[in-house]
Amino acid sequence: MSFWVEVIVSILLIIGGTFVLVGSIGLFRLKDVYCRLHGPTKATTVGLGGILLSSMIYMSHHNGYLSIHELLITLFLVITAPVTAHILAKAAMHHKVKTMEATRNSHMVTTAREQRPPVSDNDAGSS
Amino acid sequence: MLETAVICVGIMISIALILNLWRLLVGPDLVDRIVALDTMYINSIALIMLFGMYNKTSLYFEAALLIAMLGFVSSVAFGKYILRGDIIE
Amino acid sequence: MSIITRLLPMPAHSFLLLIVWLMLNVSFSLGHIILGSVLAVIIPLLCAPLQVPQPKLKRPLRAVRYVFMVLGDIVVANVQVAILVVGPMRRIKPGFVAIPIDLEETLLITILASTVTMTPGTLSAELSKDKNWLYVHVLNMPDNEEEVISLIKNRYESAIKEIFQC
Repeated sequence: MSFWVEVIVSILLIIGGTFVLVGSIGLFRLKDVYCRLHGPTKATTVGLGGILLSSMIYMSHHNGYLSIHELLITLFLVITAPVTAHILAKAAMHHKVKTMEATRNSHMVTTAREQRPPVSDNDAGSS
Repeated sequence: MLETAVICVGIMISIALILNLWRLLVGPDLVDRIVALDTMYINSIALIMLFGMYNKTSLYFEAALLIAMLGFVSSVAFGKYILRGDIIE
Repeated sequence: MSIITRLLPMPAHSFLLLIVWLMLNVSFSLGHIILGSVLAVIIPLLCAPLQVPQPKLKRPLRAVRYVFMVLGDIVVANVQVAILVVGPMRRIKPGFVAIPIDLEETLLITILASTVTMTPGTLSAELSKDKNWLYVHVLNMPDNEEEVISLIKNRYESAIKEIFQC
């Protein structure tokens, strides 16, 4: 195995592993459900993308032919991650999960739950 | 060098899985637990691909693809269930 | 209706199925190409009655450019979110924004919502029933909410409109 392939694969692996870890740290540290959804959906796509890319390069080099089937997993995850996040955000709204105190416009949760258009700040109290 | 990198990343992903497990057990709300479970699926895909690289084989690819598909379907099913109390409308 | 359109009701899907089959088997041998072609003809024939009419892709080149733009944004977004997550928690000021959208077809709204979820610190949470408002959760809200709204409208919504020309 040539030295430079090893360097590239290692760097990609470390980047991917770091992002996967950061995603989980986000899940661990952030304060409310909506924020926690941000960590995994974003960090894991790039993290897993890095790991799968390094696996692709390594396997292509090791086997001697182009091995691109890892791209299928990446493609699948990029398509499905937003759908899961959207459904879980809807479920959190449906359950009336408390938002953290610093959240701005948290009154929008009540209109969003019922899929109504937002009410402006002025007549929020009257409706 | 590659072996060291693979082992380091394996340790990182294991730490990530432990953090997810903590959220799965503690998580104040049902939705938190589902998010944690979904993240665990994704992290285990990474771990399986890493294990394939460690053993210099691409046999584990099918397992990773299956986990990706089943993980997505089960997360969406959980979400739909707590959204409507019903999976198939 | 000619024989070709009857055999291949969804040509793009058939092509994609063949490519995915060849990628799954990591081989370009004749046997796999024939088997993949047979599957690529039979599966769309069975699925064609389930198809819902969707708007046509008018400008494929712009769609490719859009995909690369979004991929670049995803990488930038990841670095930003990673720095926010590892840094002190007091700095994070989340918030909700309602974005007025002009798209009519559900496919375009799905593309926009997915893009919003994948890019910088935003997460699409809910769509109003009349399809005019998209509720978005922002991880780190700038002081002026209009920045988020104009970013999404100018950068992503207008690009999607251009691709489908509606």
